[in-house]
Amino acid sequence: MSPFFIITGIVTLLGAVFAMSLRNLVHCALAMAIAFAGVAALFLQLGAEFVGFAQILIYIGAIAILIVFAILLTRSGESPDKSVLTSGWWAGIAVTAMVFTILGWAVLSSSAVPKELPAAPAASVKNVGDLLMTKYVLPLEIVALVLTAAMIGAVLIALKEDNKDNAGGQP
Amino acid sequence: MADKIDQIFVTALHFLVSYLPEAWRPLASSLICIVFILMVFPLIFSLTTIFERKGIGRIQNRYGPNRVGIPFTKIRLAGFGQFLPDGVKMLTKEDVVPRAADQAVHFLAPIVLLIPVLLTYAVLPFGRNMAIADYDAGLLFFLAVGGAVEISVFMAGWSSRNKYSLLGAMRAIAQMVSYEIPLILSGVTVVMIAGTLNLSQIVEHQNQYTYGIAHWFVFTPWGLVGFILFFIASLAESNRSPFDLPEAESEIIAGYFTEYSGFKFALFFLGEYLGMFAIIGLGITLFLGGWTSPVSFLTWIPSWIWFLTKMMAIVFVFIWIRATLPRLRMDQLMGFAWKFMLPLALINILVAGIWHFMSHDWQRWLVCSAIIFGAYVVLGRGLMANQKLGKRIYRYAE
Repeated sequence: MSPFFIITGIVTLLGAVFAMSLRNLVHCALAMAIAFAGVAALFLQLGAEFVGFAQILIYIGAIAILIVFAILLTRSGESPDKSVLTSGWWAGIAVTAMVFTILGWAVLSSSAVPKELPAAPAASVKNVGDLLMTKYVLPLEIVALVLTAAMIGAVLIALKEDNKDNAGGQP
Repeated sequence: MADKIDQIFVTALHFLVSYLPEAWRPLASSLICIVFILMVFPLIFSLTTIFERKGIGRIQNRYGPNRVGIPFTKIRLAGFGQFLPDGVKMLTKEDVVPRAADQAVHFLAPIVLLIPVLLTYAVLPFGRNMAIADYDAGLLFFLAVGGAVEISVFMAGWSSRNKYSLLGAMRAIAQMVSYEIPLILSGVTVVMIAGTLNLSQIVEHQNQYTYGIAHWFVFTPWGLVGFILFFIASLAESNRSPFDLPEAESEIIAGYFTEYSGFKFALFFLGEYLGMFAIIGLGITLFLGGWTSPVSFLTWIPSWIWFLTKMMAIVFVFIWIRATLPRLRMDQLMGFAWKFMLPLALINILVAGIWHFMSHDWQRWLVCSAIIFGAYVVLGRGLMANQKLGKRIYRYAE
């Protein structure tokens, strides 16, 4: 384990912990952005440039902003007085630890995961593009269709309703 | 000789690093590169502020700064020493933080702005062999890191607890998110034709000459449209006039950095200008051939001089636009991005595909230009429909 891995790991975990334990919701959203950045740094350390940059572009550039706007538009910035953790927090930790152990054991003992890491390909971004356009072209097209449908839905919701009764009534 | 001057910075770096033991070299060379960027671009920024004030003064029929030269001498340098007292003034001013402000976030916002902006310089090729981090996905890196600026704008606007700040941040984020899409889509055409996301290879792809003229992407129909779209979007991304609504001083004081003073204000100012230089550098790299020369008989001029010249030329156009164009209205701004630039950028991607697959003769010029011209006319008419533009009658002025 390299020191860089340990540092980014600690930063990511701290960001995640703060994201769920801080009182102010906007602070939580910003802490989550730190956790996203840490995950992107972990991807970069694994040599997955494309995934790492896409993580920054989508999660920090778009999703964090979206969450922050959702908080701003739905409620005031006042923080709750009482503790944000419920009294049964230790049960939650026990359950997550159990799930983590079982999942980790299942992944480590699975035959689907290769024990030896394959050599990193030379031009990884080009390979990603090639695979997207050949082997995974159907999922790509389905995602495009779903996103287009979602976008049209959003436009329809945001569209000003044509109020026939009130036409010309209000200046 | 020309080669040596061209590679002078690269040679100097190798020379400096060669004195160190082998294990220290990567760290030392990256440190030197960081110091280089931290010295050169803020210096260009400080000179640009003078350049801008003098330029706008010229256009508005006044002098602009013309007094301060070298301190303690009588040399005036036509006012180009003004940035030194300006910097001292910024550094020594009191740092006022509103009592209601969210202290931590208010403190962090200018830092969060400056870090991604400085990171974007890592992938720009300033000259031949002069890209600091030659990432395989360099363009993606630039766009991803540049996108992180929005969160700092939000942090500044929200943490100030000031309605003007929050309004400015809302405007800035809406504008940045909207104009990022045509910006990225106009860059996609270059990726399609060059077949790589690596910025150095994109420049290398344009470094060929036919009849003595370079193969810059701007000299093709799709490249010209792409460059113009990129130029407009980069004006909006760097919050420059006519897209300076986020800091429209006649409406919302200074937008998201209203509540910043002293050195933090200077950091915002610096971050904004460095972001502008970076995005201009990206535009040059994508469309204007990066560090290559436009004509083959001028290739002896060092590559980094070409890069800086192109950058300063576009900065000049930015200043010119700022001094001569009025500000847009918010709905016009959004309408322009979504109804005109986005469809045109999408059509431009289609045109780039046609350009790639048609044979290399005059027909593809004709077909591509015709499609773009048709799209431009149709979209422009569509944008102008229902606007009821006509002769303006001033009811109260007559």
